Parts: sequence; C-alpha cells; structure tokens
Amino acid sequence: MIPDLILFFGLALVVVVSAVGLLLSRNAVYAALNLLINFTAIAVFYLLLEAPFLAMIQITVYNGAIMVLFLFVIMLLGAERLAPGPAMPYQRPLSILLGVILLFEAAYAMFFRSKLGVSPTPVPAGFGSPEAIGQTLFSSYLLPFEVISILLLAAMVGAIVLTMKTRRRG
Amino acid sequence: MVPVEYYTGLSIILFTLGAVGVLVRRNAIVVFMSIELMLNSANLAFVSFARNYEAMSGQVFVFFVIAVAAAEVAVGLALIVAIFHSKRSIDIDQIHSMKG
Repeated sequence: MIPDLILFFGLALVVVVSAVGLLLSRNAVYAALNLLINFTAIAVFYLLLEAPFLAMIQITVYNGAIMVLFLFVIMLLGAERLAPGPAMPYQRPLSILLGVILLFEAAYAMFFRSKLGVSPTPVPAGFGSPEAIGQTLFSSYLLPFEVISILLLAAMVGAIVLTMKTRRRG
Repeated sequence: MVPVEYYTGLSIILFTLGAVGVLVRRNAIVVFMSIELMLNSANLAFVSFARNYEAMSGQVFVFFVIAVAAAEVAVGLALIVAIFHSKRSIDIDQIHSMKG
C-alpha cells in the first residue's frame, strides 16, 4: 500500500505540475512539451490501473501522432509566441474564479453526492490485455467500431479539403 | 491499489486546469492542447473506474475517446492553419467574424 501511495503521489505531482506548466508557458513549443510529459505520466497511470494496452495506445497515438502534429503545426505557422495585443483586463481573474468554482462543484458532486465506495479487488489474469479489449470491442461494440472508421475517413478528407482551399486562395 | 477516489480527485483537478487553460490562453493552439488535457482527465477517470468495477467496457470507451481525439486534432489543426492563412494570426481574440 505504501509504495503504491508514493508512486501515485509522485506521478500525480508530475501530472499536475506539467499541466500548470502548460497554462503558464509563454512559448507554445514549451506548452507542447509540458503536455507530452503529462501524457506520458498518464500512460504510467494506465499501467498502474491494469490497462497495459491503453498505455501503449496512449504513447503511440497521443505522444507519437497527436503531439507531433501539434509541434509540426506550431513550427509550420511560426506561432510560438503571440504578438502582445490588447487583452481583456478581467479575463484572468474571472477565469481563475470560474475554475475554482468548477473545482469545488465537481469535487462536491463526486465525493458528497455519490457513493464510490467499492473496495478494489485483484483483477483476473488478462484484464486489460489486447485480447480482452479485442473481445469486448468486436462483440459488444462492433457498430461503434465501424462508425469510428467512417469518422476517421471523414476527418482525413476534411483536413485535406480545408488545407487545399487555403492553398488555392493564396 | 490506491482507492478510486484519489484517481477521481486527480482527474477533477486536471479537468479544471484544462478548463482554466481554455479560458485564460489566447493562443488557439494552446487552447486546443487544453482541450486535449480535459479529454485525458476524462480518460483517466474511465480507466480508474474500469479497474475498480472490473468492467472492460470502460477501457473500450477510452479507446473510442482516443480515436475521436485523433480525428478532432486533425480537423482542428487544419482549421487553425486555414485561419492563420486568412488572418495571419491565431490569436483567438482577433477571430471574431464568421466570414473567412
């Protein structure tokens, strides 16, 4: 129990600090690298939660594809920093106030209005393995799986069409 | 295993940080990254509940969320590139007209 707690709080610290770093970093590339650390730590959380397949998916899809796409677009546009412009003076305090309200509201709803208390038991062998995920995916969730393929195709075509249009206009 | 409440609390904190990021930042790409942060906090809650209740469906849902996030990022970044080409800026304070 004690090593588990040390591991949890160490990783939680990494996750929260990198998320705060994402909010505070002036340069968009630093923000992307902070988010990369965040996603990697969450992948380690997935390993702790008996989801090894999802941890690998997280690393390959989020770190390998999505964040590289982000970095690629940041560098393509040269948009690491914004030119200082007129900002709304009340934007920052108001959003921090709203964030604090959201935090307390969500914590209240989660911890005082619902019963979570099921003590975790050891999982059966093979829980979270690719085999187990595949069996659930291709039996109960076959239709959503097929719909996802149409969504990915639509996203692919959409991305190409959006960038083609700008090239023609420019 | 650490109790599921700890994971839920961490997920709430992460979601709040993502929401504050959407409200505070003016760079459209960073706003987009904050949305990814919120999606990840929801995924963490899904996986921790899947572990707690030994339900495989939770993990399959995370799989779907990741697939949808990948599609969303592809289209969203293409939109940002298109906006940058027409406005020469990705400051979301300056994107206030619907006409391209």
